[in-house]
Amino acid sequence: MLIILILYLVLAFALFLIPKNISKQTPLLIALVQLGIFAFFINYLPNIAAGHVINQSIAWIPHLELNLEFTLDGLSLIFALLISFIGFLVFVYAKTYMKSYTGTARFYFYLTLFSGSMMGLVLSSNFIQLFIFWELTSILSFLLISFFNEKEQARKAAFQSLFVTGFGGLCLFVGIILIGSIVDSYSLSVWLENADVIRSDNKYFPALVLVLLGVFTKSAQFPFHFWLLGAMQAPTPVSAYLHSATMVKAGIFLLMRLYPVLGGTIEWTYIVSVIGALTMLVGAYVAVTQIDIKLILAYTTISALGILTLLLGIDTKLSVKAALVFLFVHAFYKAALFMLAGFLTKISGTRVLYKFGGLIKHTPWGFIIAMLALLSMAGIPPMLGFIGKELIYEAKFESPWVSSLLIVLGVTANVFMVAVSFLLLFKIFWGESRMDVTSALSKYKYLLISPGILALLSLGLGLFPDLLATLIEPAISIIRGYDIQLKLKLWHGFNLILGISIITVLGGTLLFIFIYNNKGAISAWQRINNRLFSIDFTRVFSTGLEKFITFSSKNTHLIQHGYNRYYIITIIIFTSLLLSFQLYMNRGWEINSDFTLRPFYISGLVVIITLSALMSVFSKNSIFTVTAMAVTGYGISLIYLYYSAVDLAITQIIIETLMVVMFVLVLRRLPNFIKLSGRSTKIRDAVIALSFGVIMTFLALKAINVDIHPSISDYFVENSAVKAYGKNVVNVILVDFRALDTMGEVTVLVIAALGVFTLLNLKKSGK
Amino acid sequence: MNSIILQIASKYLRIIFLLFAFIALFRGHNQPGGGFIGGLLAALYIVYDSLAFTSDQIKQQLKVRPESYMGVGLLCVLLSFLPSIVTGAPLMQGAWLSVDSSVFGEIKLGTPLLFDLGVFIAVMGVTLMFLFTLSTKK
Repeated sequence: MLIILILYLVLAFALFLIPKNISKQTPLLIALVQLGIFAFFINYLPNIAAGHVINQSIAWIPHLELNLEFTLDGLSLIFALLISFIGFLVFVYAKTYMKSYTGTARFYFYLTLFSGSMMGLVLSSNFIQLFIFWELTSILSFLLISFFNEKEQARKAAFQSLFVTGFGGLCLFVGIILIGSIVDSYSLSVWLENADVIRSDNKYFPALVLVLLGVFTKSAQFPFHFWLLGAMQAPTPVSAYLHSATMVKAGIFLLMRLYPVLGGTIEWTYIVSVIGALTMLVGAYVAVTQIDIKLILAYTTISALGILTLLLGIDTKLSVKAALVFLFVHAFYKAALFMLAGFLTKISGTRVLYKFGGLIKHTPWGFIIAMLALLSMAGIPPMLGFIGKELIYEAKFESPWVSSLLIVLGVTANVFMVAVSFLLLFKIFWGESRMDVTSALSKYKYLLISPGILALLSLGLGLFPDLLATLIEPAISIIRGYDIQLKLKLWHGFNLILGISIITVLGGTLLFIFIYNNKGAISAWQRINNRLFSIDFTRVFSTGLEKFITFSSKNTHLIQHGYNRYYIITIIIFTSLLLSFQLYMNRGWEINSDFTLRPFYISGLVVIITLSALMSVFSKNSIFTVTAMAVTGYGISLIYLYYSAVDLAITQIIIETLMVVMFVLVLRRLPNFIKLSGRSTKIRDAVIALSFGVIMTFLALKAINVDIHPSISDYFVENSAVKAYGKNVVNVILVDFRALDTMGEVTVLVIAALGVFTLLNLKKSGK
Repeated sequence: MNSIILQIASKYLRIIFLLFAFIALFRGHNQPGGGFIGGLLAALYIVYDSLAFTSDQIKQQLKVRPESYMGVGLLCVLLSFLPSIVTGAPLMQGAWLSVDSSVFGEIKLGTPLLFDLGVFIAVMGVTLMFLFTLSTKK
């Protein structure tokens, strides 16, 4: 399985090597690879259907117990098949769709990497690793949404989606770590074995909430759904692939993956199903009043994701089965519809629903495909969508609590779905023809291939649902933990469920007829909506973000005020306090060192050093100050020499010399030396400087007779000539014993030099 | 300062300075000296030069930019770790090569010397960088 991921990665980077003259065929090449990967996974189907699970584990960071762990079981197989198959269709579609844009190499690069990351996500059975892939999909989604990065809207939407999914990702990460800390492992198998331990631990609830936050943001659940609407700024192949068929289903996947670990508790049931039901309702309701066809599809996607979440929450025998079937239903019809929407936008140049009309004459094939996909969305036989919807109703009926409420909510949402389906179909293809599209039609006719295949699948699998059943059965046993015989069929006979279905379709049709015949209905309805639900989530999000930024910049200014003198004062005062505290706590104040000023020339040196230091403080001329400081330094180096620290003395002398030169060079750039500080400032500075000096002196005196560890210098002295072939111990320490330190120091020096260089040159260029 | 005496003198002093710097570098392992001191000494000669010439003239004479010195220096430091990586010894363990020459007697060449050379070049580059940046006219 690792080989598949490597294949995606290599393929993505190899795209840049494709010569210009055949680069038009790039998407077809990737599509073929996707098809190959699809075949690779199909091969495993009999094996998986027989109940086997294929595991692969590769040592990665063994001492952290982090391994690359992959699992191919019923659940990951379903997703792997979806990712590769829809990926295949999307790349075929993108070949025609993207050909008029520049930067397509980048586009295919991102999209291929996304396929790989998504594949990695569903195949991972180590949760740290899963999280990495999870974040990768978020980042690639960001890059793909902002593909038209010259548009400000696209950039904003991309940021928004990154913020929302990134926030969720961090929550998920903490959640994973919490669960991991309960069982001391991040492996799926360990989590499954200890599911009871996890569920009864008191960290279970916070972990569950955090994981669910990750799931809800990723799968665009209410109230995080708004990022998906912004994501519609992406090119249509991305909307079809990431934002309807695969990436937004990552949250659903994780719910299914963790169902045996975290699921089945009261908390799970309540949170997941309530959020799911809300999302389902809001999405479907708002979809009706939209006028942008891509946004309509986005809202219905949100609604569908809500249905999936709800089904995983209500925890009945049939609900997981219904969710899995609906997963396919939705992936097929929604990807097809997005692709069709892209096609329609290409040929007509608009995305506004009410500008379309009468397209049936121009593109009968487009009409047939749209009809099949929309019938599936509306849940009308003989499409797969009908089977899905029946199952959902059945699952809701089984729900031990509030089943009647669930049914009412479900019927309401589905009524809206039906109305939206009819609205799309008739507004676009019926009525009088208002646009001339014949010229663009032939150019874009290949855009119908991929949605056509998907629509046919919706029909074919509706008529022969047994094929789907073999796929789904192993996944159910993975999620629910026991084998289940799955019978999918179109015709259930006359029963209650069928009755509800008929009510749904009738209600939807009535709603549709009402909207269709009343021109002002939509706008009136939208006005009501705006008044009732005046929260614009996007605006709430962006103002919140702005407030946060102003808040933090105010706080930062408090500490980062930009005055060098106060920074230095802060540093010195803090250091003095810390040092004196530490000295007091650990050592006490008494000094008992054999401190001496003999012989006489040392005393003389000390006098010179002290005098020059005083002069540097009180001089009125900056050059004089620098020179006096240098005298101090030279004096100190003579003391070094007296105590036979030759290397140190030499270095000190050269450094002092260089310092004077540098100082003079700096002073040349400064304005004339004027004493601006008043009396009180001077006293303040003197107090701070003196106390720091006193503490440092004290520290030095204490340091002489502190011997915490057995001295390492003996080792250096003994081994310097024997092991490192050098008689100068100082140098051997520098270049051999402690070479790492020296390397670090030299690197720091280089970085400082580069810093000085850039700082001074920045100022020069006037910035 | 445009002094012909200084300019002529610096041509000869330059050799002495550099010789001094290299001696400090090579004797460093056994006697006081080493890469850091050597590098500073070498930079000091340029400081001296800068009294005689303008910094543009010095830059021309140097032919290599200070950034490159810094880079080459760090590279030498890193390269000196290579033998220990190749032989699988602990990282940064010194590798020594003994050369018998009739003139100087036995000379021991080791990676610490290369390391020290790297420090020498880098320190020189850093000092030059400071010097040139500060002395360039506004």
